[in-house]
Amino acid sequence: MIYNAGVYDVAVIGLGHAGCEAALATARLGLKTVAFAINLDSIALMPCNPAIGGPAKTNLVREIDALGGQMAINTDLTLIQERTLNTSKGPAVRALRAQSDKKRYQFNMKYTLEKQENLDIKQAEVVDIEVEDGQVKSVITKTGARYLCKSCIVTTGTYLRGRIIIGDVSYSGGPNGLFPANELSKCFERLNIRLMRFKTGTPARVDKKSINFDAMEIQPGDDKITPFSYMHDEINVEQIPCWLTYTNEKTHEVIMRNIDRSPLYSGEIKGVGPRYCPSIEDKVVKFPDKLRHQLFIEPEGRDTNEMYVQGMSSSMPEDVQIEFLRTIKGLENVKVMRPGYAIEYDCIDPTQLKQSLELKTISGLFFAGQVNGTSGYEEAAAQGLMAGINAAMKYYNREPFILDRSEAYIGVLIDDLVTKGTNEPYRMLTSRAEYRLILRQDNADFRLTEKGRQIGLVDDERYNRFLMKKAQYEKEMERLKNTMITPSHDVNEYLKSKGSSPIVTGITMYDLLKRPEIDYVSSKVIDSGRPDDIRDDVAFQIDINIKYEGYIKKQMEQVEKFKALENKKIPSWINYDDIKGISIEARQKLKSIMPTSVGQASRISGVSPADISVILIYLQSRR
Amino acid sequence: MIEDTIAAISTPIGEGGISIIRISGSDAIKIVSGIFKSKRNVDLRNVKSHTVHYGFIYDAENDEIYDEVLVNVMKSPHTYTKEDVVEINCHGGYIPSKRILELVLKNGARLAEPGEFTKRAFLNGRLDISQAEAVIDIITSKTDLSNKYALMQLNGSVKEKITKIKNDLVALIAHIFALMDFPEEDVELLNDGELIDGINNSIREIDEILKTSEKGRIVREGLNTAIIGKPNVGKSSLLNALLNENRAIVTDVPGTTRDIIEEHLSIKGIPINLIDTAGIRQTDEIVEKIGVERSREAIDKADLIIFVFDNSRPIEKDDYEILKLIENKKVLYILNKIDLPSAIDIDEVDKLSGGRYVRLSSVTKEGLETLENTVYNMVLSDGLSHDEFLLTNMRHKDALIKAKDSLMSCLNTIESGLTEDFVSIDLNSAIDHLGLITGETANEDLINEIFERFCVGK
Repeated sequence: MIYNAGVYDVAVIGLGHAGCEAALATARLGLKTVAFAINLDSIALMPCNPAIGGPAKTNLVREIDALGGQMAINTDLTLIQERTLNTSKGPAVRALRAQSDKKRYQFNMKYTLEKQENLDIKQAEVVDIEVEDGQVKSVITKTGARYLCKSCIVTTGTYLRGRIIIGDVSYSGGPNGLFPANELSKCFERLNIRLMRFKTGTPARVDKKSINFDAMEIQPGDDKITPFSYMHDEINVEQIPCWLTYTNEKTHEVIMRNIDRSPLYSGEIKGVGPRYCPSIEDKVVKFPDKLRHQLFIEPEGRDTNEMYVQGMSSSMPEDVQIEFLRTIKGLENVKVMRPGYAIEYDCIDPTQLKQSLELKTISGLFFAGQVNGTSGYEEAAAQGLMAGINAAMKYYNREPFILDRSEAYIGVLIDDLVTKGTNEPYRMLTSRAEYRLILRQDNADFRLTEKGRQIGLVDDERYNRFLMKKAQYEKEMERLKNTMITPSHDVNEYLKSKGSSPIVTGITMYDLLKRPEIDYVSSKVIDSGRPDDIRDDVAFQIDINIKYEGYIKKQMEQVEKFKALENKKIPSWINYDDIKGISIEARQKLKSIMPTSVGQASRISGVSPADISVILIYLQSRR
Repeated sequence: MIEDTIAAISTPIGEGGISIIRISGSDAIKIVSGIFKSKRNVDLRNVKSHTVHYGFIYDAENDEIYDEVLVNVMKSPHTYTKEDVVEINCHGGYIPSKRILELVLKNGARLAEPGEFTKRAFLNGRLDISQAEAVIDIITSKTDLSNKYALMQLNGSVKEKITKIKNDLVALIAHIFALMDFPEEDVELLNDGELIDGINNSIREIDEILKTSEKGRIVREGLNTAIIGKPNVGKSSLLNALLNENRAIVTDVPGTTRDIIEEHLSIKGIPINLIDTAGIRQTDEIVEKIGVERSREAIDKADLIIFVFDNSRPIEKDDYEILKLIENKKVLYILNKIDLPSAIDIDEVDKLSGGRYVRLSSVTKEGLETLENTVYNMVLSDGLSHDEFLLTNMRHKDALIKAKDSLMSCLNTIESGLTEDFVSIDLNSAIDHLGLITGETANEDLINEIFERFCVGK
């Protein structure tokens, strides 16, 4: 029996990191939203490491924040440790990494959803999506409830036909002991959506009481925590340390002796796993010369003894996992609370999606997160936010909200997915972003707050904070340009102390700051007119934008060239069969990807510059 | 709507008394004004549209004068491409026009794709819609053709070398990215020394390709050819016959002192430098005095030797002596003076030339065309070919130079103490430029390399 359970504008299937952002975005934008989780206690679950951020991922989190998403705020409110990474490697790759309190992160996010106006959350497994005339009509739960909806956002993570593998044991299951979603895959097959099979894995969780921390190296957090969210000025919490230890030859011996029992090597696992998240057995086999691999022991929260063994992801049998863990310094008597496992799951080929994350073939059906073949909480959240925004844009008959590769890591992420697809779980990397000098994590608010405001997700509080910061920045830059520093004993003493050459004629403070050895904060002593209230993050912007002006300009020029092709739109009525002179391979690819701009078309593998010329001419001739 | 400025030699290569280098795009006038010295101190940036200016093309970097030219300035929109167009009319022939083109490219233009001026004309609305299909045909066929030649040229060692340079750089940048993307993993550090060594090494290898690539040199400078033979075999009359048939494209640059004078001509579009010792164009009397010793110099320098037998005289000791000198050279044998009664041992000519020689009379011109065809074919069989080929070759050179420039700015970045993220930007663009030659995309290579070489990931 199916009963009518309600009428909504949007249904969100799954409440992991993608689903939470999607549901909050649609509800905040005024759409009546219903969101489902197989288990409401699994909302915003981190089934793998208890951490948010890292290189490139920090940029994603801050972009989500600047657009009015939730991940950064929730991270700040529940973190138990934070470190700044890559401080010596340059502003473009500087990153934050927060250890999260897993449970608090979940509960805080769940409560945020619960309090959200326009949003109903339900514990249910969605088993079917009903489509009529190429348009989403409703979703149906296992218990027979039908929810009518105009759009549906699928954020099913690793739940679709999930299968857990631990050594020679395997069973149908979702992450972290949860139920899988077995029905929905069949629905997708019926809707002619191409599926892929990916795999990922996680290490064991061990009992803090059984660890000898004296044998390990302590990894404390930063003295001063830098918030992820632009809404927060400071975070003052007690931090909990992580611990560093290493595998050794004995560990590797245990693994090699049991390698025939590894499902990775026995052929039991068929899904494609991510290379950047190798299991320990993979690392030992592929890098036999490496005598030790480093491990971090990370607390899973304040109110738990569970510790995450970062670097030891494994799908070896449970007994082997225990045996090799006990070869490690500090873990000699370790007690495993949850064994590591591999999980195989269905995801969709993301090239079936538009840049808006809507399926090309079904109106109103959006996909976001791990189900699109990505990996990582941050990647999922970024897509969830964008899918939510675009479901709302569609509802209001507004243009889709697309970020391009020069505007945000989010743009790089989605463009890569829908244009190139992926053949392994996709992780964001610094190297993927061509314009990384511009897409820094420190300036995400400058890049995106205005856009978020136009969408409607940036509230007055956030917007006013941003405007004030921006005004302070602009005013101070102007002042630095107009401030003459004249040679004097004090000035040259300061310069000397910084290892800088003395000045003999007047120079603007702005030009002086171009010297690599002079920094904004310390130069206050020679800059008497400087206001006292300059924010730290504004000071940072000033330093970067003055010092690296030349490089940033150069990259801006590249961006302009990029934009020229990006702005040449390809209308949806284009018929590639009509165009004489493009190669067969290019024609097939173009027909399947249906790029929206000439720039996007040029990034499809198999489409040559000659093909692009032909398309340009064709478009011109039909104008 | 189209952002960059393109340039190309728009007259057939090596043919005609005047060559035109055409530059089109928003920076066209700016670029040429930077390399043009007007006789009357005119600044091209301030001149009226559709005006002609007389002066010199010079390289501001070393103040070297390239050629005496007329420059036409035509401003958007009343031009062929509807963009700003500048045409440099220089002395006809391959070498001056090529050098000027290179100078234009060095100053910011990009080498035009085949058919690109027409394409721009079309895209900017200059041509009507009915011409669209035709333009598409031109572009696809020309691009296919140049791709074919690109591949042809890229067999063997050049491609190998460039691929190696690219792989070395990918390895370097992969290391940088492994460190940047996985800061908490124990990836071994890359110190500045290693990085600088690696970059310098690649710069050296690029220089080597640029410098020693024989094909590149021949394309750039012409095929060095020496006409050799004992006195009075008719070398100079042969030379004159060739020069009369094929317009001499440039005389020796005045003011430079060289022992050897070269005559430059073009045979079927292939630039040829005829080398002889001083005074070859003077009276026959002097030419006759040129002995074996003085020919040696010319022989050393030559890519191709044209050896002349005299049909009217028997083979002598001098012939054998000269033949000994050219043993290891690529030789084209001529039996000259076939208009005169034969006094030569034909069997011996057969034997000495391996049966391959061209019968010729500089007086009646009989055999001259066969000689030209033979030169053309010998060059072609060497993998040196016509316009399309030269163009592709130049594109590669262009890319190599840009790759080198990027690497140089990498070094600057490191030297000024900037961090790896800045270094990675220029390294990336060097790899992208090389990728244009080898035709592979850098990004996937790079990500593969990170995970293959470094044990990263949790």
